Amino acid sequence: MDYGFTTAAYVVAAVLFILSLGGLSNQESAKRAVWYGIVGMGIAVLATLIGPGSGLWLLSVVLIAAGGIIGYMLASRVEMTQMPELVAGMHALVGLAAVFVGFNAHFELVRVLSMDPAARVGLEGFAALLAKKDAVEQGILRVELFLGVFIGAITFTGSVIAYGKLSGRVTSAAQKLPGGHMLNASAAALSLLCLIWYMNTGGFLPLILMTLAALFIGYHLIMGIGGADMPVVVSMLNSYSGWAAAAIGFSLGNDLLIVVGALVGSSGAILSYIMCKAMNRSFISVILGGFGGPAGEAMAVEGEQIAIDADGVATALQEADSVIIVPGYGMAVAQAQNAVADLTRRLRDKGKEVRFAIHPVAGRLPGHMNVLLAEAKVPYDIVLEMDEINDDFPDTDVVIVIGSNDIVNPAAQDDPNSPIAGMPVLEVWKAKQVFVSKRGQGTGYSGIENPLFFKDNTRMFYGDARQSMDKLLGLLD
Amino acid sequence: MKIGTPKEVFPGENRVAMTPDSARALQKLGHDCVIESGAGLRAGFADELYKEAGVDVVEDAATLWETADIVAKVRQPDETELGYLEQGKTLISFFNPAGNEKGMEAAKEAGATVIAMESVPRISRAQKMDALSSMANIAGYRAVIEAGNNFGRFFTGQVTAAGKVPPAKVLVVGAGVAGLAAIGTSTSLGAITYAFDVRPEVAEQVESMGAEFVYLDFEEEQQDGSASGGYASVSSPEFREAQLAKFRELAPDMDIVITTALIPNREAPELWTEDMVKSMKPGSVIIDLAAEKGGNCKLTVADEKIVTENGVTIVGYTDFPSRMATQSSTLYATNIRHMMTDLTPAKDGVVNHNMDDDVIRGATVTHAGEITFPPPPPKVKAIAAVKREKPKELTAEEKRAQEVAAFKQQTKNQVTLLAVGGALLLGVGLVAPASFMQHFIVFVLAVFVGFQVIWNVSHSLHTPLMAVTNAISSIIILGALMQIGSGSFIVILLAALSVFMAGINIFGGFLVTRRMLAMFQKS
Repeated sequence: MDYGFTTAAYVVAAVLFILSLGGLSNQESAKRAVWYGIVGMGIAVLATLIGPGSGLWLLSVVLIAAGGIIGYMLASRVEMTQMPELVAGMHALVGLAAVFVGFNAHFELVRVLSMDPAARVGLEGFAALLAKKDAVEQGILRVELFLGVFIGAITFTGSVIAYGKLSGRVTSAAQKLPGGHMLNASAAALSLLCLIWYMNTGGFLPLILMTLAALFIGYHLIMGIGGADMPVVVSMLNSYSGWAAAAIGFSLGNDLLIVVGALVGSSGAILSYIMCKAMNRSFISVILGGFGGPAGEAMAVEGEQIAIDADGVATALQEADSVIIVPGYGMAVAQAQNAVADLTRRLRDKGKEVRFAIHPVAGRLPGHMNVLLAEAKVPYDIVLEMDEINDDFPDTDVVIVIGSNDIVNPAAQDDPNSPIAGMPVLEVWKAKQVFVSKRGQGTGYSGIENPLFFKDNTRMFYGDARQSMDKLLGLLD
Repeated sequence: MKIGTPKEVFPGENRVAMTPDSARALQKLGHDCVIESGAGLRAGFADELYKEAGVDVVEDAATLWETADIVAKVRQPDETELGYLEQGKTLISFFNPAGNEKGMEAAKEAGATVIAMESVPRISRAQKMDALSSMANIAGYRAVIEAGNNFGRFFTGQVTAAGKVPPAKVLVVGAGVAGLAAIGTSTSLGAITYAFDVRPEVAEQVESMGAEFVYLDFEEEQQDGSASGGYASVSSPEFREAQLAKFRELAPDMDIVITTALIPNREAPELWTEDMVKSMKPGSVIIDLAAEKGGNCKLTVADEKIVTENGVTIVGYTDFPSRMATQSSTLYATNIRHMMTDLTPAKDGVVNHNMDDDVIRGATVTHAGEITFPPPPPKVKAIAAVKREKPKELTAEEKRAQEVAAFKQQTKNQVTLLAVGGALLLGVGLVAPASFMQHFIVFVLAVFVGFQVIWNVSHSLHTPLMAVTNAISSIIILGALMQIGSGSFIVILLAALSVFMAGINIFGGFLVTRRMLAMFQKS
């Protein structure tokens, strides 16, 4: 690279990005970490604009500004409960951008190759870079941009579908076209054939064919994953968008792209791994599609669900000394986090011990519940992880389950045939009394019957979570 | 079917197995009701009330037993009553099947079905017909009232213009249903209440009722109530000694002692010995709810109230529920009604005696000409079993060995990974040109750094992490920026679009992250 200054700036930016990710290890340093990221991005863009990307710089600045305004509006308007959709939607943008950049690399390569050697000397910018490459390097470049486009295309449609599922525009159930995995496999095989074809001819047709195949894979892969696995999907797509950026970085010979792409890619991969571990599912089985059928007849649930009204819950809360609240996606849907926070404050003022138990996969995004509770100003030191709090349930007077289902399902421990058998769950049923705030009698997101609702110490507190909490608040004076 | 209730013949028994309310509910099940004249009088239900409820009132017991298909009563039937039993009749009553061979034989001979209310299994579903519990509840309450009646002081401590009154100290021995009811009544009257039970798992229930649980300094395998259906069982001699020693220590301080310790089908254990009684203050009261089974105190005389030489009153009444006949009749009649509800699943007045049903099977002692007592154990356990598995304590050496093994495994894994990774790298290096390798090294190092850094991110920050990585992944903008100034129109167009989208992402991603992080705060 001819631009010494740009390279230096890239080094600074890369360091800043690493610090930014590392700073997320705790809440306090995280606030600083975001600024590292912002500054790093600023330096990187600026250095590119005055360095290798100086052509048409005015257009670039205008476009960034326009995109920035839209991004700003999106980010400041979005409700915290819609966070998963937003993140998924933005992944789609990155994926599409990667596809476009890959295409461009192809066009430029074709253009440069069609020139005679004399004309190549006069080239500037990206084209000049391409002109210097020899035959082997061109071959590698083709593989790289091919990969970049492939991953980018999967990320794009995958994220669009994830966005649709999370926002409820697409059905959240796992759906597959007839043919299932064979369709994915043949699309992947087609892409591989295209790669060989492309390597030999360098034509645009194989590239576009492959892109279509990849778009289909992205669509079909994510359609086949059930709603409960969405946290894994989102972090997986996050990872993909990183790898796409890294592949493009190779083809453009840009080290910063490679570094950041690799950082993002590995971070997403680790996150997915952590999520899968929390659900006791293998990564492969999540990726290859949703919940499998139950291994045998699931245990029949005996007993009946006993309902209770707000008065009963309020009385129990008045008498309780220790309370644990288990929030789930239902709380997010009903936007009940502020009511829950008020309730928490009220109970704490009365001298009761109130804590939150967060399952690693509660909600639709890793750490979803933490963000919502933080938004409602619940102090984070009473918000505990599953491992920290699971042993405390037997000593707890009242547990309130708000809109969660699978993560408190005792079948995971009791019923070896349950689809969620072996998944670590919050052992709420060990508490003296459990109230489940739930909209109706239906099963949860994953469609599994929950024996917790039929236990003797469980009472069902039906109704919209927010209204239920507001009613409780009124009674707790 | 016709359900009838005779007048109780046992002397002093005031209860009745059917109330006007329960009769109304029974009629809703499609049954007809009939009652012997005057049966409810001593429980406060006159014949007119029954008539209003649509119950036939018949003059004498013989007619009643004649007309009714199902007879519900309270006390174990005497010989005359057993004589009324015949083919096809059903008797629902306390029956004491374990100590009533003769009664069961008679019923079997007559071909009648007998449902013994005390045999209703102790499972959650059957709680609504658990007459023992509802009677014990009343006995516990009444025991405290009776004690207060014989005790010369207030329960609650008071400071009055006429002087200071210390609160009464009450000890409840045995925290079953009766014991817990006694504890509740006693604390609500204001006494300082202590309670003891051989099953330490009830300590929590005792404390929840506001009493103090008396713990023994005794190391023994604790009794697991689940094995015996939630009832206490016989304890070892050593345990008994420790228990008595504790009681001896408490006796001089206690004003009122209520003993409720019963072990199913055995004589009541002696828990309050003569010397304990002697060490109590004059005016103290002992209520022995186990009097019927010989008493927890050997000085107790069943059905009588005695005063010892040192002025301690010992009450040995066995008819506490009968002393509150209105209340106990209401509860008992409700238990009977729930039993009938289970026996009449279709609500059409036709009894379906389903011997596959755990509850009905458990309570039935004779059926279809056979004695069906004792029943097989119910399929559902009364209360959850105490988990006994404890993780084995590892010795220091074992721990050390495990650590070493884990370390070795880890080293092995890492070395393998490094070797494989190194070999792959070398393989790539052999074919790829130097310019590619430069970038490749950067890539591998970045992945490595990424893995190292991300493991430390705290769980609650995973959403901000995703938002940040999402924002950072718009670094793809660099590629677009490099291309935008070079080449044809289509290149410019695509690059421009990419720049635009990445721009949205940069601002949106970082802003959202900041919003989220700003919300995390300490209390």
